[in-house]
Amino acid sequence: MNGTVQTPAAPAEHRDYLGAKLGMWIFVFTELVLFGGLFIAYGVYREIHPADFHEASNELNVKLGVTNTLVLLTSSLTMVLSIVAIRLRRKGQSIFFLASTMLLGCTFLVNKFFEWSAKIHHGIYPGSEHLMARPPGQRLFFGLYYGMTGLHGLHVTVGIIIMAFMMYFLVHDKIRHDDFIKLENAGLYWHLVDVIWIFLLPLFYLAA
Amino acid sequence: MSHSAHSEAEHGHIIGYGTFIKVWAALVVLTFALVGLSATHNETLILFGLLVITPTKASLVFYYFMHLKYENAALKYMVVATLGVLVIFLFLTFTDYLYR
Repeated sequence: MNGTVQTPAAPAEHRDYLGAKLGMWIFVFTELVLFGGLFIAYGVYREIHPADFHEASNELNVKLGVTNTLVLLTSSLTMVLSIVAIRLRRKGQSIFFLASTMLLGCTFLVNKFFEWSAKIHHGIYPGSEHLMARPPGQRLFFGLYYGMTGLHGLHVTVGIIIMAFMMYFLVHDKIRHDDFIKLENAGLYWHLVDVIWIFLLPLFYLAA
Repeated sequence: MSHSAHSEAEHGHIIGYGTFIKVWAALVVLTFALVGLSATHNETLILFGLLVITPTKASLVFYYFMHLKYENAALKYMVVATLGVLVIFLFLTFTDYLYR
């Protein structure tokens, strides 16, 4: 005993870092099971209609699919760099990286818009006369294509909205170098969206 | 354990930009490898891309970007359990369809 009293620093507010992170991971698990089920459906139908899937996949734009993969992979990088930056107390850089992530997310959606527009223009959309005249396997392929990339696109849209909130928090110092769990959880969501696309690329675009 | 050490353990040490840029470069290279393999029209190589390269890419995102490498064992087991459930469902569904 040297006489000095060690008083623990009183926390200003209650924070449950582990709980917040665990909660987000459990949500990620539900998403994995949701998309996992769709991937299983894809697998089964492809097993039943291999030739139709092969032929239908030929019609997808591989270049656009690969471009969007690179866009999303890069957006995952800028997302993680935004978290590193705020932890290193570089607020400006963190904002820059988060803005880049949002921009790349929007780029992905714009590409998706052009891709879908071209398909719809060619009369390929669920329930279209042109598609209904085709073999059942091709109808299933395009049904799964619109369903799965559509659900994924919805996730990208939600991700961009979440990041808009994160941007507000970041600018107003609600996300700081010592309190960044919100940004980290937003990152978990965004990376999950990236992982799902990693599987969509070979299954739809490179399946031919 | 000092407060800062505790905080370090909870948040993990800060990994610099470099590690993540390297992981991103690996992901880009693997993507092009996947596209290259699909262009060969060789079924074995395409299957290799689907069953090895694609899960490797996903693992890299989970392990580094989603920070799983630096998480505790319990969370890692939870991820493995979730993926295990998916594999069981995949197996059951396929055996049902292929042998009915």
